[in-house]
Amino acid sequence: MIELDQVTLTAGACRLEKLSLTIPAGQYAVLMGRTGIGKTTILEAICGLRPVDSGRIRIQQIDVTDWDPADRRTAYMPQDLALFPTMTVRQHLEFALRIRRRPNDEIEQRVQELSRLLQLEPLLNRRIRGLSGGEAQRTALGRALAWKPAALLLDEPISALDTDTRRSALELLKSINRATGVTVLHVTHSEEEADALADLRMQLVEDRENRRTRLQISC
Amino acid sequence: MIRQTEQGMAKSAAADSLPNVRGGVTPVLSRARRLWDVAFLLIMTGLAGSFVLLIVLLLLADLLFTSFSAFTTALQQPEILAAFQLTMKTCTAAAVLSVWAAVPLGYMLSRYSFPGRQLIDVIVDIPIVLPPLVLGLSLLILFHQPLPGTSWVLDRWLQERLGFAVTYRWPAVVLAQFAVACAFAVRTMRVTFDQIHPRAEQVARTLGCSRAQAFLLIALPQAWRGIITAFTIAWARSLGEFGPILVFAGATRQRTEVLSTSVFLELSVGQLDAAVAVSLLMVAMAVVVLVILRSLGAGLST
Repeated sequence: MIELDQVTLTAGACRLEKLSLTIPAGQYAVLMGRTGIGKTTILEAICGLRPVDSGRIRIQQIDVTDWDPADRRTAYMPQDLALFPTMTVRQHLEFALRIRRRPNDEIEQRVQELSRLLQLEPLLNRRIRGLSGGEAQRTALGRALAWKPAALLLDEPISALDTDTRRSALELLKSINRATGVTVLHVTHSEEEADALADLRMQLVEDRENRRTRLQISC
Repeated sequence: MIRQTEQGMAKSAAADSLPNVRGGVTPVLSRARRLWDVAFLLIMTGLAGSFVLLIVLLLLADLLFTSFSAFTTALQQPEILAAFQLTMKTCTAAAVLSVWAAVPLGYMLSRYSFPGRQLIDVIVDIPIVLPPLVLGLSLLILFHQPLPGTSWVLDRWLQERLGFAVTYRWPAVVLAQFAVACAFAVRTMRVTFDQIHPRAEQVARTLGCSRAQAFLLIALPQAWRGIITAFTIAWARSLGEFGPILVFAGATRQRTEVLSTSVFLELSVGQLDAAVAVSLLMVAMAVVVLVILRSLGAGLST
């Protein structure tokens, strides 16, 4: 469950005032809105990379507003994926567990699970350079899912992929949501993605009369 | 409708003016342009070439002045050998210290905005613009000026309490080299970290990393090329350091004599052969460093 309660955010010229939203646990929410309106800012605030001016953020009913990003159990997949250039695919899948000093057999088991789920088995020892768009994206997903996050935050995850890969990526995202029960917040421009994935659709719109940005929610 | 009409008018206006240009002016213009292009290339080549020529002539003159036997004889003098060894040691020490300080400084200037950041940015550049003798003098004063209101002196304290004399000894050489070399290393590390997108470190933090872990596991491994470049630049700067060393460390033969000091000392006693031999040795060392730098620098921007 992801909950924003009267959250106010500033990012450069863009200001989001008193946003409230609730995404029930296990739901797939799609957030839409024009470029530059602040969709990425919302994701950064939820995972703790951007401090909020006011309001509260709750994950699984726990107030995490003042928590460090490391403690929130939110997994963030930015638009450019931000893979680690010096690491192999396997090291990406292991990363969150190694940081927490989990035992080796647990790590190995998790890598097996994830690489099967994401079809990364043949790529495990490859470096990031030279991965295709789809492969890089599945690696980033695996890295995000390794520590079983409570919320998965996806910033335009499909937009960089070619048409064929898109369809399988859509199916993959939906199946991950269903299989793991992770709450997903997916930011996109694309109606097509929203139609295919959304349990809950939200739209950020500018309210010119009141000069603020509103959130319209539809199911 | 309106837009179409406007476009139509614009088109016809352009068509009206075209024949005039084609008719008389264009061939003359294009010939003039070609002449200008030739003149431009000649001027550029002349200006650029003059500098390259100067450097090549300088090196050639050095080479012609000396002979191979004079070169080897000069380099076999015990003073020069000692100076060579001291140079290698102090340059390496100064470069290691520079990287040690420049990595955190470059990272902080690149990643964080904090009060006084602009000021620190300026302070870091001061050794680059300061006259070398002034830097040496400042070091000397820092180590020998009594603390205001007391008789406590840094140099005496280091010597008496820690048994570690600085001024006019080899640590003074390293410190003088470090003061300038580190400024260049900081510039390099700053550019290096600017080129590494902070997003990967941010993602690492959402995956459970502290800021320190994100730095050590994500940023630092990506910065290795920049670190080697910073080390090389710091080393090269230390090799060329002279003024501050002369003032702060002195020029005692076999004690605080580095190669740049050797050139000065040999010159001052009229030993031109030896001065040129040492100079050529330093040229060779500098070329080696530059080659390393270029081969790494080519990959730095990718």
